[in-house]
Amino acid sequence: MWNYYDMLLQDIRFEEGLNACMNCGVCTAICPAAEFYNYDPRQIVDIVQSGDNNEIEKLLKSEEIWYCGECMSCKTRCPRGNTPALVVMSLRTLSQKLGFFTESEKGRQQFAIKRTVGENIFKYGYCVATYAVSPEKHREQGPIWEYILENTNDVYERLGGQINELGAGPLRKIPEDAKKELRKIFDVTGGTDFFKNIEDHSKRKAEEMGLQFSNEGIDNEYFIEVYTANNKKHTL
Amino acid sequence: MKTEGKKKIWSEYQKEIADDHFFYVRSCIRQSFFPGSEQFFLHFMRNVLEKDVYENPSHTTCTGIGYHGDIVPLSTIMTVVARHFALMKEAGYKNIAISCVTSFGIYTEIIETWKHYPEELKKTREYLFKATGREFDIPENMAHTSDIIYKFRNEIAAKAKNLLVNKKTGEPLNVIEHIGCHYSKMFPKYGVGGAEFPNVLGGMIEAWGGRVVDYPERRHCCGFGFRQYLVQANRGYSLSNSVKKFNSMKPYKPDLILTNCPGCNMFMDKWQYTMKEMDGTVYGDNGESIPVLTYEELAGLVMGYNPWDLGVQYHMVQSEPLLRKIGIDYEPDNKFKTKDGRQMPVPKNLINV
Repeated sequence: MWNYYDMLLQDIRFEEGLNACMNCGVCTAICPAAEFYNYDPRQIVDIVQSGDNNEIEKLLKSEEIWYCGECMSCKTRCPRGNTPALVVMSLRTLSQKLGFFTESEKGRQQFAIKRTVGENIFKYGYCVATYAVSPEKHREQGPIWEYILENTNDVYERLGGQINELGAGPLRKIPEDAKKELRKIFDVTGGTDFFKNIEDHSKRKAEEMGLQFSNEGIDNEYFIEVYTANNKKHTL
Repeated sequence: MKTEGKKKIWSEYQKEIADDHFFYVRSCIRQSFFPGSEQFFLHFMRNVLEKDVYENPSHTTCTGIGYHGDIVPLSTIMTVVARHFALMKEAGYKNIAISCVTSFGIYTEIIETWKHYPEELKKTREYLFKATGREFDIPENMAHTSDIIYKFRNEIAAKAKNLLVNKKTGEPLNVIEHIGCHYSKMFPKYGVGGAEFPNVLGGMIEAWGGRVVDYPERRHCCGFGFRQYLVQANRGYSLSNSVKKFNSMKPYKPDLILTNCPGCNMFMDKWQYTMKEMDGTVYGDNGESIPVLTYEELAGLVMGYNPWDLGVQYHMVQSEPLLRKIGIDYEPDNKFKTKDGRQMPVPKNLINV
């Protein structure tokens, strides 16, 4: 059996994020996630600090580690210089490496993030771009967003945009050689393998759940399930 | 409230902001949602202050939203950022100007990581060279673009055609400033005023005649939460946190929300629309919603630029109530026109119209 604590120690964010926690709970008091979710960063840090392998495994398969919004407000406030959000980030990375993330509804959402933001990085050279924010999936963007998408070139031209054209300017087309370098960086640093791992485990989970899965895009049952599912048991 | 002690504390958190010769890096969200803001910044720097600001079209995303969405590993983002530094070195620049608070936080985290773990810096150099053949230096000076506007806030005030004052009553406008968590909560020393008394926006507001509102949830997150917005099922988190802030600021009758971070701007604008749609709630005075502007848009308005050339009409909450309070003589017919003056369709169902 793996020793999860030792594995976490290999992540420098874990080493930086956890010194000795005295369980004061200031992180929970300041936490925007704890305000609305069944979430207590103090408790998560306490479990990890205990080194209890079974309890850490439960965390790696839990909903809780996916509730943090990574606002990092806890870093400012911890009187012992810990950063619970960094501990959570290292737990999330390990959960994905080991394939445990598909055990929870919130963890399975990593597939949706990979298929949207992750693919945007390779396709466009941006995490987010105007043409990648569809009104159907972002109703809260309102009528102005539909208007901007329907009149993109006119809107951008007046504001100095360079949409989809090479050369300097807002939302310029990223040159192919720059995108190739980005992809090569992902290959060399383990980013590509990390993406592939999310894909492999998600595909397996889709089969287990009896949901249709396709090797690309967002038009498949598994994507829609993980992007929208909410069992309503996450909040206080 | 006694402010002397507070002022003394934040004055100890002043950061050095370079004066000229910037390597400019854009923001995925700011350039997508507020392209006019980035262009105003460049216009102001290059044409008004006559500074040297260079932009390399090969600059890509920093992958920060992917990193905080936990799909991009730390070693990957460190190398992507190292590539940006390499582009800067190749162009002969040492001062970086960053248009995004998420990127700014990423850059601070990475530089601090390299300081604490020199072996990570060595590894990143090797990765970058292997992937691209490039080499890099760490910037000598790192500023968020709001730091630079803050630095030159008095120059803007000196050129002001409009002040943040209610023209009818002569009273300063009540301005909410929202800094954005990743500006200085992680590494206070990189932000003007640190994490306790960030003054990057407050300094602009006061220099331009407004009053900064000190309300209970002033430092609370806007609710982006990365995965908590990126995935549709989680958006209740994002909305709930914005609503917590709106409810807290409402009694202070804000005339305007000013944001540092492009993401925060988008959420505080669009979640007001959502709440109005859901149950009719509005958070401004007189049954109106509160306009949410970027610091570039506000600087442009203060300097007398045409609001429609800045792009303030492309938020959901429209700014006319604010423009009227300030006394800006805007042309309603010019609002939805192309660059060459052709009439565009007029969008329906916007707020504050």
